[in-house]
This record gives sequence, C-alpha cells and structure tokens, in this order.
Amino acid sequence: MGMTFVEKLLAKYSGNQNVVPGQIVTVHPDHLLTHDNTAAIIQKIKPELGKYGVHSTSLSIIALDHVIPASSEKTATNHKVIREFVNTHKIENFFDVGMGVCHQLVVEKGLALPGKLLLGSDSHTCSYGAVGAFSSGIDRTEAASLLLTGETWLKVPNTIKMTLKGNLQPGVFAKDVVLHIIGDISASGANYCSVEYHGDVKQFSVDDRFTIANMGIEMGAKNSVFFVDDVTTHYLDSIGISRSDYTPIDADSDASYMQELTYDLSEIVPVVACPHSVDNVKTVKDLEGLEIQQCLIGTCTNGRLSDLRIAADILDGKKVHPNVRLLVLPASKEIYEGALRHGIIETLVKAGGVILPPGCGPCLGAHQGALAPGERCLSTANRNFKGRMGCKDAEIYLASPATVAVSAIHGKVTDPREEIK
Amino acid sequence: MKVWKYGDNINTDMLFPGKYTYTCSTAEEIKPHLLEDLDPSFSENVKEGDIIFAGKNFGCGSSREQPVVGLKAVGISAVVAESFARIFYRAAINQGLLLVECPDAVNAYKEGNGIILNVDNGEIVVAGKTFSFPKLPKEILAIRDAGGLLAYTRAKLKKK
Repeated sequence: MGMTFVEKLLAKYSGNQNVVPGQIVTVHPDHLLTHDNTAAIIQKIKPELGKYGVHSTSLSIIALDHVIPASSEKTATNHKVIREFVNTHKIENFFDVGMGVCHQLVVEKGLALPGKLLLGSDSHTCSYGAVGAFSSGIDRTEAASLLLTGETWLKVPNTIKMTLKGNLQPGVFAKDVVLHIIGDISASGANYCSVEYHGDVKQFSVDDRFTIANMGIEMGAKNSVFFVDDVTTHYLDSIGISRSDYTPIDADSDASYMQELTYDLSEIVPVVACPHSVDNVKTVKDLEGLEIQQCLIGTCTNGRLSDLRIAADILDGKKVHPNVRLLVLPASKEIYEGALRHGIIETLVKAGGVILPPGCGPCLGAHQGALAPGERCLSTANRNFKGRMGCKDAEIYLASPATVAVSAIHGKVTDPREEIK
Repeated sequence: MKVWKYGDNINTDMLFPGKYTYTCSTAEEIKPHLLEDLDPSFSENVKEGDIIFAGKNFGCGSSREQPVVGLKAVGISAVVAESFARIFYRAAINQGLLLVECPDAVNAYKEGNGIILNVDNGEIVVAGKTFSFPKLPKEILAIRDAGGLLAYTRAKLKKK
C-alpha cells in the first residue's frame, strides 16, 4: 500500500519506514515560527532559558507583525523583550517591524522548502503547503517547549484528496475556490486531516496556492499541500533557492485516502463568506447590493503583489465610494517595494486607498481599522468570526481581492465579473 | 456544578476576543474576558467544577491559548463536545484541561440533567445513561500526568 504526502513526510522525520494514521510520532521540526506572541512564550520559560539556552539558534523564525508599529506601552514592551531575546540567544531569523507578515516572510525568504517540516504558534502556519512543505499550527506552550528541546509529538493524520478539475472563469480566483470548498465541506470538514490538492493545479501560481493552503485551518485541516511542479521550482529559482537545497515529497499513486472530493473549477463563481462563520458561503450574486463601510485588501491570505495588482487594475482611474474606507496592506516590505515600482501603490492611493504598514493590520482587531457597531467590512482576510475586527456588533464578509476592489468603488457588494471579462 | 451549553463552531474569538491577545496573557488578565462576546454572564458566574457542553468543532480558529488557560483557571472540570479543533485540542493537553469528545453524550444532554464524569474509566453518565469516550494514547497521558507540557519538558531537561 502506498503512502500519502503526510505519511511519507512524518515517516521520514520520525525515522520510521512506515507510519499509519493515528500513530503518534516524535519529530524535530526544521523551523519553529513565532511572532509578537514570542514575548509571552519566553516569559513561560525564563529560568530554563537562562539555564539551558535555546535548543538551536537556527530553529526559530521570529517576525513582529501582529501589532506593528506598537499600539501601546504594553505592545511596545513586548517587542522590546523579543528583540532582547533575539540578541541574547543569537536567533538567526528575526524580522523586525515593517518586514511583513510572518507567513509571507517564511515563504519569501525560502525558509519553507519542499519536503520540510515547520511548526508555528499561529494557526495560519499551514500556509507553507503552497511550496510543498508540511506546516501546522501549535499553541504558545508547545512553542515554549520546542524552543528548549527542539522536539514534539505529532499524530499521523488521515488524508483528504481534493481533485480540482477544469479552468477558472475570468473574475474567479483562488480565494473563491477555497471559500467554495469550505462552504461545501464546512468549517470542520477536514478536522485533524491532511489535505492534498491534485488535478489541474498548474493554473495556480504560488501566490494562489498560498491563499488556498492558508485557509486550510478554516476547514479544520492539520496541513494543506500542493505538490512540487514547474510552478513551484520556478518560484523557488526566482527567490534564489538552489534545486539541490530541497527534496520534494509526493503522494504515492496507490496511497489510501479517508475521503476523495472533486471540484469542477469552471463551475465556481465569485463567493463571499458571510458572518459569522467562514463556511457561511454565498454567491456574490446573492449578496449584490449589500452596503459596506470598510474594505480591506491584504493579510497573509491575499496581500501579495498579484493580489494588489488585481485591485489596482480594477481601481485604476476610479474612486473608492465616499461611504467606504479602503485599507490596503502589502504582506511584506518586498511586496510593498514591488507595488511601488509598478505604480500599484500610486494607483491605489489615487483611488482613495489608505496604505497600512506590512503586517496583520486590522485582521485580528487589535488596532488599525477596527469596526464600529453596525458596520460591515468586506475583507480579503481569512476569518469573519464575531468580534474578530474589534467589535462584536460589526459584520465581516470575506472575498477575493477582485470582489473587494470592485465593491469598494460601488460601496456595496458587486460581482467582479462585470469589470473583468 | 453547572453545565454551560453552547452550539457548533464555538471559535477562539468567542472564547477570548482577539483584540486582547497581545495585552492579556496571565490567568488573572484573561478571566474577565472569557467568552465575552458569546456569553457575557459566563465570567461572572462560572464556578470551580462547572462543565461546558458544546457541539461540533469547539475551539476552532486561532492558535491563541488564552481560552484554554482561562477555562482551566476558572476551574472548568471538562469540556464535552461533539468534536474539537486540533490546535485547541493540543493546547488543552498542554495545559491539562480535560476534553471529552463524545457526540452521543452531547446529544443526550437536556438542561438540568445530572452529569457524572469518570475519567479513569473513560465514561460519562448523562441523565443516568452511560457513554464511553476514547482514552488518550500513553504518550499524551504522560504529558497530562506530569502536570502539563511545561512540567513534562522541565523534567525531561533535568534528566539530560
């Protein structure tokens, strides 16, 4: 019997020939990601860090992104404590305020590579399946333990095989695909499972794959993965990674799956996840005309150059509706620079967009663009939970950058296919 | 002992709003905000030994561990649900919060029913009817028995 991606990878990392779903294995991840929460993590193990130090200076990746620039004395102190920790323990991969969202940096800097295993104290750590890595989220306490020991346990998950067939229609994007799938299988449809994407996936760039893998957690998945192909290798070449630096892992053709699902991409239409659950998915057509007060383009889900370009193409020469605030967050400094070079930032600002620093921005409701009671926000982020953007009496709707950009012009939910033909 | 009953997909923002994630990390800071946007009566009225019953996918969403730390700190003796989200499940193991995945027990429960929980036997009695739930694997019981993950890790480091 063949093995799935996750079975092969966990067998390799646990030194076993074979593993089966349900088996508990001990692994040593290649990297451990933490962000602003590093301050709380190191606080838990202060005496042990003093006595034993960190397990390895190359294990940690730390990015300050969640509340940047600091919003208060408390968050400023968190950042200061983290910088001191980085200096004391000679942490090799540290990204200070303004470098970008942690997940974007991990991929962009080549820290997540095909066949590697990464864990992170952030639920969207599952994003790195975009480049054929296994990655999954853990809590702060487990991150603290990993800092000291470099090892933890993982349960070998069952695997769901998602086959994507056909081609997307103009105006329909990767975000619509993943929202469509979550709407179909529910927010717990892939609980505890590894999700593999098969089929006609060459049409999806690494940016698109990032969006889809990023939202794996919103269907409950442990990890999501796209297999390495020309799209992946060309991307990795472009960021200066040598092909000898990684060994891709594929699934065997006779691997055993818990569930197999097939989606016809040509039938998918622009969709929106409605309050207050990511699986409450409706078509844009069903919601057309719904008034919105804030639009957000960015975050680890959709803040890449291709996303900003789609928005700029739509907003070029147009104006954001007077009743709407459009917030734009490039996912990293590198993306910000690219957007500046290509005139994308100029277009977005001229249209009325407000550019926020590369980071998580208002996505988690801690600062920069919180909502007021009764307001609606149409966002490219990944969560629309009640209270997520700082107010329990506000509503968050999730959509593709194209849907958000078109809707920003009209001040109400609008089908992007009217602009993109 | 009171049973707090909630529905499906009780997410981490309902359990502990994201806006406090980087300003509250100790149990005392977390407690007043527990379930703030879901059930404002919870934090004032919850008592040591209370149980939560919930539907599918309890704890879905963020990796923030304040919900688990907070529920443990206020003395919740167990969360019984149809299913749990995996990061929340791991966090509960790491903090020593007991989670019972038992859809039949959740479906059998009616307001006012008496509950008896027998962790060692892997059994829960709801309204006189006994339901069994799977025991944790030995590798995971070792973490719980040590008093949570940090105590487990500290003991391991001392042996080295």
